[in-house]
Amino acid sequence: MSLEELYQDIIVDHGKSPRNSGVLSAATHQKVGHNPLCGDKLVLYLIVQDDVIQDARFEGVGCAISVASASLMIETIKGKTTQAVATLFSQFHLLVTEGKAPNQALGKLLAFSGVYHFPIRVKCATLAWHTLNVALEENSRRKQRSEVSE
Amino acid sequence: MVYLDSAASTQKPRAVVDAMSHFYYNDYANIHRGIYELSERATRIFESAREDVRRFINARHIEEIIFVRGTTEAINLVAESYGRTHFKTGDEVIVSAMEHHANIVPWVMRDLHLKVIPLLESGECDQAAYRQLFTSKTKLVALTHVSNVLGTINPVREMIQIAHAHGVPVLVDGAQAVPHFAVDVAALDCDFYAFSGHKMYGPTGTGVLYGKRAHLDAMPPYQGGGDMIETVSFDKVTFAKTPNKFEAGTPDIAGVVGLSAAIGYLEKIGMSSIAAHDAVLLADAEKKLSTIAGVRIIGCATKKVGVISFVIEGVHPHDVGTVLDHAGVMVRAGHHCAMPLMKRLGVHATVRASFGIYNDIAEVDALIAAIETAQKMFAGRCLHESA
Repeated sequence: MSLEELYQDIIVDHGKSPRNSGVLSAATHQKVGHNPLCGDKLVLYLIVQDDVIQDARFEGVGCAISVASASLMIETIKGKTTQAVATLFSQFHLLVTEGKAPNQALGKLLAFSGVYHFPIRVKCATLAWHTLNVALEENSRRKQRSEVSE
Repeated sequence: MVYLDSAASTQKPRAVVDAMSHFYYNDYANIHRGIYELSERATRIFESAREDVRRFINARHIEEIIFVRGTTEAINLVAESYGRTHFKTGDEVIVSAMEHHANIVPWVMRDLHLKVIPLLESGECDQAAYRQLFTSKTKLVALTHVSNVLGTINPVREMIQIAHAHGVPVLVDGAQAVPHFAVDVAALDCDFYAFSGHKMYGPTGTGVLYGKRAHLDAMPPYQGGGDMIETVSFDKVTFAKTPNKFEAGTPDIAGVVGLSAAIGYLEKIGMSSIAAHDAVLLADAEKKLSTIAGVRIIGCATKKVGVISFVIEGVHPHDVGTVLDHAGVMVRAGHHCAMPLMKRLGVHATVRASFGIYNDIAEVDALIAAIETAQKMFAGRCLHESA
């Protein structure tokens, strides 16, 4: 496994110049993701309306893999339903932990296929996704509660 | 394979592995209890290791050597046992800004207030500030001998004198010192000295707490169990004397045998030769690293061991670590269990190369070449694609 397969151009690029970085002041969701082992940290901001990710941004520091992952994740999830995002996460997880991509649904995220060969870096690639997952889970719990109270 | 992570743990010489397997095959039994010859022999071997440690750090009495699992347990033993009779909530402990978490968390867990010796830009303790930290509430100074991140050797002897002038005892975390140069606890006059076997070419699961006998004799036991008692009934227990009262349960007997072999190995090479070899590698690495544009060495203390932290402009330490690993060069990348120090240095993480007795100049060159590869990999690769 060559390093170039891990550090594909798109990953190096997004690692250096992340898209959608910064604060989202109108965020409906804000979640901190932290990897205590390496110190990587990011804050994820989401605007979720009618179960659709209307907008998202992040702030954080980390290695090329974790920053690029956050950047490309946000590009991919914008405009998608939370259900579609959950499916993407499970496919992304499969890609980086088992090296499997059953179809082309992941699009640009397929650039992370090399991570599978560097197990130590799986946590870097999935930090943003786990943070997103927790944020959306809290969203669905909140919704359930409000439905019950109605 | 270029192993530059000896500050995390050293590789083991054959002498250590052989001593342990020889012990298991020929001399193994539980210690301090058997009435048979084999147990007596195992006990004798175990206790002779205690004498080896005493000699290695020049303690006055063999009873001042307590076997523990490692530096972390040694410090926790002092926090628990010494702390039980000497600390109350709100008391103060002086630590430096370069401490490992192992010399921070045990004090915080005892509800002590930490007074922190600030660092100068060089990565050395601010001695003037240190003198100002003592108050009537100061109960202990807990100080690392050598920084695991910066390599700085603290002037612990002078700092101990200052503490003692205030009537305050000193615990020294010697985990990063004992592998690099000769340590003399009598000359240092420290009250406690903690170190690990696995960072000095010995096995994991072994470590030593040295304590001045007067302290140890007055301290209550650490953990309860077998091997640390004199008599037990259901309503009364009398404890064994120092050091056994701190060594409850069956210890890592073969590990201690391995530690003894490691000491023998280091003594055979000679600690002054080890220090000289370390200095050559450090000087060579610093010289070569400083010629690479974009590389910044962190910590420029006058006295250092062979531990170098650095950052590379535009490349995160984890990515450096992966590229170096790919080139067969093993370094540590991260916060090195010293998050307060990272904050002080204004970095999130560093790359750390640390040297051991088995490293050579060719391995420094391999490090330099791998760093240049990492720089090339991340330089000028932008897609300019639209988001």
